[in-house]
Amino acid sequence: MIQGIIDWLEERTGLPTMLHHALYEDIPWSAGWHQVMGAVALFCFMTQAFTGIMLAMNYAPTATEAHSSLKYILTELTGGQLMRGLHHWGASMMVIVVVLHMIQVFVWGAYKRPREATWMVGVVLLLVTTVFGLTGYLLPWDNRAYWGTVVTTQIAGQAPGAGPYLQQLMGASNGVGALTFTRFYSVHVMILPVLTTLLIMLHVLLVRKHGVTPAADDNKPKKKFFPQQVFKDTMAVFIAFVILFGLAVVAKVPLGRIADPTDTAYIPRPEWYFLFLFQTLKFFEGPLEIVGSLILPNLAIVVLFLVPFIDRGPALRVAKRTYAIAVVAVVALGWSALTYAAWRTSPTNAGDEISLEAVEPWQELAPDQLAGIAVFRMEGCVECHGAGKKPFKTDKEIDWVIDHVKDKHKGPSPDGQLRLLSSFSKRVNDTTLANMNAAGQLAVEGAVLYQMNQCGACHEVNGVGMKTGPKLNGVIVRRTAEWLTGHFENPQKYSHGTPMPKYDFTSNQLERMMAYLASLPE
Amino acid sequence: MTDPIETPTDTPRRGFFVAAIYGLGAFISAALGGTAGAYLLIPPRSSKKKLAWTPVGELSRAPLGKPYEFVFQKIRVDGWKVTKEKATAWVLKKSETEVVAYAPQCTHLGCAYHWEDGSNTFVCPCHTSAFSIEGKVLSGPAPRALDTYEVKLDGGKILVSGIRQSEQA
Repeated sequence: MIQGIIDWLEERTGLPTMLHHALYEDIPWSAGWHQVMGAVALFCFMTQAFTGIMLAMNYAPTATEAHSSLKYILTELTGGQLMRGLHHWGASMMVIVVVLHMIQVFVWGAYKRPREATWMVGVVLLLVTTVFGLTGYLLPWDNRAYWGTVVTTQIAGQAPGAGPYLQQLMGASNGVGALTFTRFYSVHVMILPVLTTLLIMLHVLLVRKHGVTPAADDNKPKKKFFPQQVFKDTMAVFIAFVILFGLAVVAKVPLGRIADPTDTAYIPRPEWYFLFLFQTLKFFEGPLEIVGSLILPNLAIVVLFLVPFIDRGPALRVAKRTYAIAVVAVVALGWSALTYAAWRTSPTNAGDEISLEAVEPWQELAPDQLAGIAVFRMEGCVECHGAGKKPFKTDKEIDWVIDHVKDKHKGPSPDGQLRLLSSFSKRVNDTTLANMNAAGQLAVEGAVLYQMNQCGACHEVNGVGMKTGPKLNGVIVRRTAEWLTGHFENPQKYSHGTPMPKYDFTSNQLERMMAYLASLPE
Repeated sequence: MTDPIETPTDTPRRGFFVAAIYGLGAFISAALGGTAGAYLLIPPRSSKKKLAWTPVGELSRAPLGKPYEFVFQKIRVDGWKVTKEKATAWVLKKSETEVVAYAPQCTHLGCAYHWEDGSNTFVCPCHTSAFSIEGKVLSGPAPRALDTYEVKLDGGKILVSGIRQSEQA
């Protein structure tokens, strides 16, 4: 039966013979564990393609919806965090594996004649991998993505002559925005995957044409690719996969707050594998900046590309390639030092991460604290107080705080509202700051109304307040919006005999009150 | 057709290599495939939340004993997107305290049906299914009676929630 199918396929397509030729290809006797990285790189690319397609199934590729759809993937979908983790860490792994592959080829001198073209296609694949990283970095559309891309596009804009055209191509001549996003997305999911596939096919074709590079002193008879070398490749792929899956399970990838072009507090940093470039930039100031941002990196690429033509000596045993090993060691050392220096000075951007829990921490705050956040925002306190800015004097009494605010800002809040800062100002720390950033504006303004009208004298929310009236957590589900708004205007009509007084809220106030009630966890 | 390709003679460890290649490959495929299956097939967490009651309109607008079409706004949750959309319900007021609200789609293939006064039936224009005022199938290909909304009355207002699928026939 199975033989029948194979015979049928053989006659119509010739696939079984092709597969047989591929598997039973001759490889040098000296081939072995050091040559598995190419297979791992191919596996990384296939995994990235698979997890990328999976993410795209639930991702809205527009600047307006990207962030919320990614948040949906992370919070609502089973395996969503795992899927994004695989794609995120897979990207880093791909860079590492491609570089390791390149180092192996370099140290063994496998780029020498007649394999120069194989090496050059490989360099292009390395560049394509970094462009994957660069374009994918923007797609979560959080602050990290946005500000990182602002810097990238600015650097591209510095290119002499080509700068404005490059920015035009990136859709960033008007700053990073919806157009940039769409350009990056289409490059990331349409151009690069096809380009990479074609280049890998060419790369493998060239490897097949010239055969796997033998060691310089390998005179032994050839052996077959299958099963021994395939086993080694598979084993290496398996180890890489276990590391990747483990990382995706254990190391959660955060999502920052949605991209905010007005956020002056955010300090952008590139992805770890670009940190060395970031650090290099610091050595060049003023008109020399372009040396660090464009000239040196492009020079490095050209040198890398021309390696087979720079070193044209005869093939040597790997132990005798001390010069090549020294080059790798120096480059690795330099890279590590630059990366470490950049990493050491990298800020944490406290409070930028959004919570991926169904209920965010700010929703569980007591109403007086949430109302405090509203006043804090309204008075513009954040201009001086915030992460990495002036510390709060948490020991001060509320009268001092009110005088201080009036003295510094003369903001719009009457004394009564300023008093709402009392419970808040004594508890401000990094966590409350994070809560403050995440809390919805309508909801915090609703909390002010809640406090000013002393709803807590009868009602309980989040465990705070009296129990005379019904608890308000979950009221938004128990009652319709129409019932709730009607109930404020005319309580007797909706629940006869209730002690609830009438509240003549304006429609603006009602909207805020409803937003606050809707934010309460059930 | 058979190709005379020589296959290398089996070495003692060959069986182990081949088994390991297939085994590890299957493990990786299962881990990725399983994750993808759960990710694509398990409904999002919020879909398990109970739907809120949506007001349809005043009960007084519906005539007694005759289906009346209410058009109302309801919240629709599509993945990450929450939108308002128009929806309809065919409300049959049986008394001042009892109503039935039929979901507006034919149980055959989802076309919008309507009430015909002359024949006193709900008629679907697509494949001419007909339903009685009680929602029962009278003729046509419809496999089951009309589906109904969960419905309740609150201070003269009709409120609906999720759609309940009707029993067979």
